[in-house]
Amino acid sequence: MGIVEGKFSDNFVTARIDSLVAWARKSALWPMTFGLACCAIEMMASGASRYDFDRFGVIFRATPRQSDVMIVAGTVTHKMGQALRRVYDQMPEPRWVIAMGNCATCGGPYANYAVMQGVDEVVPVDVYVPGCPPRPESLMWGVMQLQKKIEQERYIRRKA
Amino acid sequence: MFEVESSTRIERSSVMPGTEELIINMGPQHPSTHGVLRVILRLDGETVTDCDCDIGFLHRGTEKIGENITYTMFIPYTDRLDYIAAPSSNLAWVTAVEKLFGWEIPMRAHYIRSLVAEFSRISSHLLWLATHALDIGAMTVFLWCFREREMVLDLFETAFGARLTVNAFRLGGLFQDVPQKFLDLSQEFADLFPGRIGDYETLLTDNRIWLQRTRGIGVISADDAIDLSLTGPVLRGSGVRWDIRRAEPYAAYPYLDFVVPVGENGDVYDRYLVRIEEMRQSTRIIQQCLAQLPKGPVSCKVPRTIKPPAGEVYHSIENPKGEFGFYLVSDGSETPYRVRIRPPSFVNLGGLKKLVLGGLVADVVAIIGSIDIVLGECDR
Repeated sequence: MGIVEGKFSDNFVTARIDSLVAWARKSALWPMTFGLACCAIEMMASGASRYDFDRFGVIFRATPRQSDVMIVAGTVTHKMGQALRRVYDQMPEPRWVIAMGNCATCGGPYANYAVMQGVDEVVPVDVYVPGCPPRPESLMWGVMQLQKKIEQERYIRRKA
Repeated sequence: MFEVESSTRIERSSVMPGTEELIINMGPQHPSTHGVLRVILRLDGETVTDCDCDIGFLHRGTEKIGENITYTMFIPYTDRLDYIAAPSSNLAWVTAVEKLFGWEIPMRAHYIRSLVAEFSRISSHLLWLATHALDIGAMTVFLWCFREREMVLDLFETAFGARLTVNAFRLGGLFQDVPQKFLDLSQEFADLFPGRIGDYETLLTDNRIWLQRTRGIGVISADDAIDLSLTGPVLRGSGVRWDIRRAEPYAAYPYLDFVVPVGENGDVYDRYLVRIEEMRQSTRIIQQCLAQLPKGPVSCKVPRTIKPPAGEVYHSIENPKGEFGFYLVSDGSETPYRVRIRPPSFVNLGGLKKLVLGGLVADVVAIIGSIDIVLGECDR
């Protein structure tokens, strides 16, 4: 911290705005419960007693208006894709998307007329979590990957 | 979805100025619709005057997929039909194909299948209780139920290596015998679980808020339930003692002693009581399976290429949600000619309109929860 080191009393903490904002954003990622299929059950298990996502500041919200990250958990069909895009548009920025499971990543075992081959056809995806369905540990890994990504983002000083 | 009749609106407005019917849209992204169900409600004040369901948001073409792959390859797809009770869906498929062949399955395989199917019933009912109570507003039940559900998932992981989509059974029996650790842990769970059911009941059964939200809500008579082909706890909640484990026994159920619980009033509360009692009976069945488990092989002799004789078969089992059946047409080749799934949730959802009409909009959530739908099998 260079020139300000030791200039203030003990109650002061100095930080860069960029790191402060990133720290705040990554520590309270409120996901929207976009449970579609099997993965939704594992997503619920992640929020429940044993895995306890609240420790990460991850508190599930039922509405897009209050959430930062959308966890797309399950098979996205063409019929559902439109609704998914609409819900994504309702989320306030900055927003992130985690594609949970093989279906949301690439269609999974359903390569046919009804199923969208990956949710990235309608919304931009930040983290892909593999598995069919991924274990809660995998989803936890996905959230931590996203936190790392948010940490590296710059808000005030853009990277050259 | 609805045609608004202009004549009735004019008539109503002459009596009550300034009011009109409101059409609201629940879902497909709604936490209380248990998946991607869309319910369109027409309201007069808070009273539901009409209800329409829009399904198909999770239609994955499973039946069509079944026509293009072999009988063994379809087992993992059945996991993803009723993903909350995956072994039950596996069981329905393998027993249907075995019926087509007319194979004799070893007794040990029958017992292990019944054992695992009852665990899947417990895991399904626990998830139902957790989400149903959460919808009505009881958060603690959710956390408590998931605590025990994790124990069941651990058991599945010990035996089959996966938590949710287990791919538990094979045509002709099991892939391999279950490890001794699985049996020990099962015994431990079966001894512990009845006390835990008592814990849930202390939270809900005599809770005044729970009674107000569930008793007398979503009533359906036994005759109506039969007319609508409802099955499972929804039918038994209305007092009809119909359980396929008794009516057409499969696996080891002919040798097991259990009671089929029924309700009296056919309301949300009775369906709750039926499922709670079913969990107790499942624990009894598990105790019996563990005590009577015979020794021997776990699979009959299965040919390398599975080509059933030409013909058709319908076989159904008692899934946690109701009658889950497969209608299979074989043309004698390696792949089925037609796979038809009889999903309990789809048929039970047909009764939703009957249940919600005339009720309040806040009760729709409780009623959808009490039917216990899973959209994976509903939309197929």
